[in-house]
Amino acid sequence: MTPRRAATTAAFTAVVAFLAWLLFVGLPRWYGAPATRPAAAAAPSAPAAPGRKITAHLFYVADDGMRLVRADRDVPFGEGTVQQAKEIINAQIAPVTPPLVSAIPAGTTLRALFITAKGDAYVDLSREIMTGHTGGTVDELLTVYTIVNALTANLPAVSGVQLLVDGKEVETLAGHVDLRRPLAGNLSRVQ
Amino acid sequence: MNARSLTLFSATIALGVFVLTRGLASQAPPSPLTLTLLARDGRHPMAIAVVNDQEFVALEDLAAAFQLAVREEAGAITITYKGKTIVVTPDQALASVSGRLVSLPAAPVHAGRRWLVPVEFISRALAPIYDTRLDLRKASHLLIVGDLRVPRLTARYEAIGNNARLTIDAVPRATNTVQQDGERLTIKFDADALDASSTLVPPQAAPAIVQAVRVVEPSTVTVDLGPRFAAFRASTQPADTAMRLVIDFVSTQTTTEAPAAPGTPGAPAPAPAAPELPPAFAQPTSAIRTVAIDAGHGGADDGVKGSGGAKEKDLVLAVARQLKGAIEGRLGIRVLLTRDDDRAVGLDDRTALANNNKADLFISLHTDASTRPSAAGAIIFSAGFPRDAEQQAKASLAPEPLPTFGGGLRDIELVPWDLAQFRHLDQSSAFAAIVEQQLRDKIPLAPRPIDQAPLRILESANMPAVLVEMGFLSNADQEKALAGAAFQNAFVQAILESVIKFRDHLGTATSR
Repeated sequence: MTPRRAATTAAFTAVVAFLAWLLFVGLPRWYGAPATRPAAAAAPSAPAAPGRKITAHLFYVADDGMRLVRADRDVPFGEGTVQQAKEIINAQIAPVTPPLVSAIPAGTTLRALFITAKGDAYVDLSREIMTGHTGGTVDELLTVYTIVNALTANLPAVSGVQLLVDGKEVETLAGHVDLRRPLAGNLSRVQ
Repeated sequence: MNARSLTLFSATIALGVFVLTRGLASQAPPSPLTLTLLARDGRHPMAIAVVNDQEFVALEDLAAAFQLAVREEAGAITITYKGKTIVVTPDQALASVSGRLVSLPAAPVHAGRRWLVPVEFISRALAPIYDTRLDLRKASHLLIVGDLRVPRLTARYEAIGNNARLTIDAVPRATNTVQQDGERLTIKFDADALDASSTLVPPQAAPAIVQAVRVVEPSTVTVDLGPRFAAFRASTQPADTAMRLVIDFVSTQTTTEAPAAPGTPGAPAPAPAAPELPPAFAQPTSAIRTVAIDAGHGGADDGVKGSGGAKEKDLVLAVARQLKGAIEGRLGIRVLLTRDDDRAVGLDDRTALANNNKADLFISLHTDASTRPSAAGAIIFSAGFPRDAEQQAKASLAPEPLPTFGGGLRDIELVPWDLAQFRHLDQSSAFAAIVEQQLRDKIPLAPRPIDQAPLRILESANMPAVLVEMGFLSNADQEKALAGAAFQNAFVQAILESVIKFRDHLGTATSR
């Protein structure tokens, strides 16, 4: 082996060793704390990265009480549309502090959520959404469209939303808004 | 013949035998009272004896009528029917019915050689073991045998200015038809018989609009019209457990002395019920003959509750009643209330009342609430349908050829109940705009006073329809205002004028 050939072999070996180190040691260390690494979520089948957030449009009652206002908030990342939809709804129905006012009655919880192949999301909420409601038509519209818009405005795969209460279809929440069919998003009720 | 028919047949035969043998029973205590047994084959009288202010019937009469075997032994009377027994003892106000003790208002009485039992024996002791329904109506001395429809009628006749109103309640509910035949109105009830005194309304002093109201067997009521009668208008709607028939009579004096055009805009605000104002009944060309007014919520459903204690269900009912009085009194238009008292009515039942009575306009009254206490003002909603529903409605509006009885085909439009409003959306929007115009200077309006939304109550209305939120009970100032006479009068006046404007709008649209 000539000295030149020996030097080439040594350099090649060093590069291979570095790549091997990078692949088996460096990268795993690098990903050891993946809190804000968006690339980690690139593969759809990868497990949810804890602490990862997305920005979602959420909706609250406007000052005049007649319409909704949009507020952009960080929401935990959810793997897949259904999981992401659950995260958005959980963020939407969570208690808020003034000056924000939520159209969702306090104590309402998400029981289940599923999405059909047609793009209709079925959001099953606890009974507090009915029992804690003020009972007005305007408030009922704001409650319904808070949930509907929270999904349709953030998830292109969702085209309609139907609310269920305690696992059952309901005609209305407070006697006014027809909930027997999925409703499309309605941004005209948003300032 | 099935067992039920056989039983009814047997009961009928027994009643026949009872009628034949009744003539032979000459020892019944004399009494002017009779209990009328009403069965499929007709009416049969049974004597009533009064002892110590208590009404009794003879046990042997009951035995003949209902195939009972009566045996007296060891100081007790045993009544047997198809293996079931009733035992009564002469000194006790009790009966043992198939081993179960029931109380009676008095002990059996011995009269001559006959035993008498209290009339209540029939409902308390005999009915539980008898295999055909026995319905004792003690107040009217009626015993209904079998499943006959026998509504109890109560009537009220009242003079309203020069005009008059007859209200007849039928319990349980029975529908009716009203026809004029010369100088008489005939009201036919869908029933087997009527439970009512023969004279429902006593003869009125002449010259009257109505002279008398009488019951004609089996299920007809006749109204004898007087010389002052000019026209009538009838409406039927449920009220509590009753079906209420209201007939408004117009006097000849009213029609000749009422030159003013009714319902002129700008007329003074009407009283809650405006009976003195001349109704304009003679408007066959009017595009609006019937208006349905829906007072939201009711019964256990209070609707919105204000912090001061006002309840939506009470406020909207009060306004609905005033509106009915104003529209009927001023315009002579029939007004149906989906509820006239504090009771729960299903959403579909409300629109069914309007649809089945072919109402030309539907107005649902509500008060609103918001999580923001400052929210205030009235909003007028018309229906808005989800996208899928719109497509479905459009598809269903295409006429479908269906076979007819006489042969051949006829194009019929089949409209799904939930989408009935779809074809009226334009007119509903037009009416909403008129209401907004009329309310504008009279009561506070919301920043966006006209809205469209998928509201359940409007979707099934097969006529122009709006839902009016009169104001916000969650706003303390509005709560006070909504409960006040000034607000309610202004609101009623505005809706009244809206109906007039809409009638003109429809008339213009038709004549184009």
